[in-house]
Amino acid sequence: MSQAPVLDLRGIHKSFGPVQVLHDVAFSVYPGEVTALVGDNGAGKSTLVKCIGGIYPIDSGEYFFEGEKVQVGGPRDAAALGVEIVYQDLALCDNLDIVQNMFLGRERRSGLILDEATMEELAARTLDGLAVRTVTSLRQRVSSLSGGQRQTVAIAKAVLWNSKVVILDEPTAALGVAQTAQVLDLVRRLADRGLAVVLISHNMNDVFAVSDRVAALYLGRMAAQVKTSEVTHSQVVELITAGRSGELGLQNGNGATS
Amino acid sequence: MTTTMVPEKGAAGAPAIAPHVRGYVERVRGGDLGALPAVTGLVVLCAVFSVLRPAFLSPINFANLFTQGAAVAIIAMGLIFVLLLGEIDLSAGFASGVCAAVLGVLLTNEGWPWYAAVLAAMATGAAIGLVLGTLVAKLGIPSFVVTLAAFLAFQGVVLLLLKEGTNISIRDQTILAIANKNMPPVLGWVCVAAGVLAYAALQIMQARRRTARGLSAVPTSLIAFRVGTLAVISGVAVFLLNLERSRNAAIVSLKGVPIVVPVIVVLLVVLTFVLQRTAYGRHIYAVGGNAEAARRAGINVDRIRISAFVICSFMASAGGVIAASRANSVDPNTGGSNVLLFAVGAAVIGGTSLFGGKGRALDALLGGAVVAVIENGMGLMGYTSGVKYAVTGCVLLLAAGVDALSRKRAAATGRR
Ligand SMILES: Nc1ncnc2c1ncn2[C@@H]1O[C@H](COP(=O)(O)OP(=O)(O)O)[C@@H](O)[C@H]1O
Ligand SMILES: [Mg+2]
Repeated sequence: MSQAPVLDLRGIHKSFGPVQVLHDVAFSVYPGEVTALVGDNGAGKSTLVKCIGGIYPIDSGEYFFEGEKVQVGGPRDAAALGVEIVYQDLALCDNLDIVQNMFLGRERRSGLILDEATMEELAARTLDGLAVRTVTSLRQRVSSLSGGQRQTVAIAKAVLWNSKVVILDEPTAALGVAQTAQVLDLVRRLADRGLAVVLISHNMNDVFAVSDRVAALYLGRMAAQVKTSEVTHSQVVELITAGRSGELGLQNGNGATS
Repeated sequence: MTTTMVPEKGAAGAPAIAPHVRGYVERVRGGDLGALPAVTGLVVLCAVFSVLRPAFLSPINFANLFTQGAAVAIIAMGLIFVLLLGEIDLSAGFASGVCAAVLGVLLTNEGWPWYAAVLAAMATGAAIGLVLGTLVAKLGIPSFVVTLAAFLAFQGVVLLLLKEGTNISIRDQTILAIANKNMPPVLGWVCVAAGVLAYAALQIMQARRRTARGLSAVPTSLIAFRVGTLAVISGVAVFLLNLERSRNAAIVSLKGVPIVVPVIVVLLVVLTFVLQRTAYGRHIYAVGGNAEAARRAGINVDRIRISAFVICSFMASAGGVIAASRANSVDPNTGGSNVLLFAVGAAVIGGTSLFGGKGRALDALLGGAVVAVIENGMGLMGYTSGVKYAVTGCVLLLAAGVDALSRKRAAATGRR
């Protein structure tokens, strides 16, 4: 697979006031592949994802989508491109039900009126398509769901839109063994459907189980982006903890190689 | 990812009522009391007052309840939008006073026609909301502080508009009619029939459409129950309001539904439609439930915030017009003293949460009815204003306590 990346970031800088969180980050995501984004706590993974999603504006850098340079000024711009994100904190409204959450901000309408029936049908079809059978009623409030069920709703919300890129920020961190296996299975199936999937995880077994590529962030710098098959567990761990591993990674703390 | 999916599609077309009843009981036990406390309170209060003071049930007193409670209920309906966001508007009472003063000055002193004066009063309300909402959303000043400042300032504005406190009497017949005149009895019945039929038709059509698409629908028995409840309540109300309530019917007859009642009903229907059936309403709930999630869903949170304050102050202006109509005048106390607290109390007693994300336009009416009944019933029993205030304060505290406790319970049972 030597396709062109669907999402391609170059030279991304991002700081919060005096704190620079992302330094000259390059990041490429390929269709039909799972790209694992790894890095220690505070490396800047969630920040990078929020920049991709238009939640945070980037200070400088270039954002290419399907080869075209684009400006992403807000969540709607990212969604319009076909980029969907499952945030680490899920970002669901507890007081709304499953269907309402899945269509939040993009409600189907007929005229002025919300088209509840169509939304419910589409939501049901999406959940069925994920083959994750989990909830008793689509009209259940999200507040009454378990952690795993909420995760499912958040993922279903992301794949509802015929998206091209789905990014999952630590989707398995709060899950048990069986649920984690289900989510990883789902991640693989999304990629097999041709989507570009980004998976953020701290679990090396998970990373090696599903990913085609690994991108390692180290203190806000992209240490390396490599094929998963070309690296070992310990190399990835070194990239995460030290930013370099032999020939791979950051040389003298500046500039990225890949 | 543990249990299995039981599709709630109407098996073989006939949806059962049992799951709906079970679902309701479960919600209540899980801490989501909805309208239950307000309805229970209303029934108990009415029973107690009618036993202690039979005059409570007299036709004239029944009609008084509506005209007394109207302004507060309308202000409360607007407040619900702000409360749904987890914000508060302490200035709604005096905002209604300012708008009433604008109405009075234009109508009586400047001789404007009634519609132009009403339009100006309501535009004033909308403008007030725009300023308050912008300060809250764009500058990030807590709504408590912004509206507390406005509460003080508007009190002054009313005095300025009324030239240091002289009262302006309202003489325009159209404005006076809103709170003082009644619909012909026949028209009252026609409205009830039309309303009940329209409600039934909407419910049945919606259920049909959902069943046709294989989605779970409200069972016919539940629809029948809802339509029946509406028919009985509105029927009894119109029957009572159509009774002769003049002491001297030979000289002047006094019967029919006060005109302010259909005004309230129309506002209720419109606001309920906006909250339940439009994307805008959905976004109000979303921002109240989780503002960050709403932002990430591409919702313009600032715009939602500002618009909620605009609706709130706009409804306050409507309340002000009705208060002026009922009092036949505008004075420095219009919209003052207990109006705001009664309105907040009405919303909370009705089941709207002070924590945001939960509430309906109907809550304002249910809670407003409770407040009006306490005020009216205790007045009949001869209690002083002091006692009435103290009791109403306790009821508000009770309602806020129920709100906080049910939230705690909801958290404990994993419903929040
Ligand atoms: N909104 C923010 N304001 C200021 N600093 C932030 C903000 N968000 C993240 N940071 C900082 O950026 C760094 C990277 O955070 P994050 O992207 O959440 O890391 P990761 O997801 O890799 O654990 C951390 O040092 C964090 O403190
Ligand atoms: Mg993170």
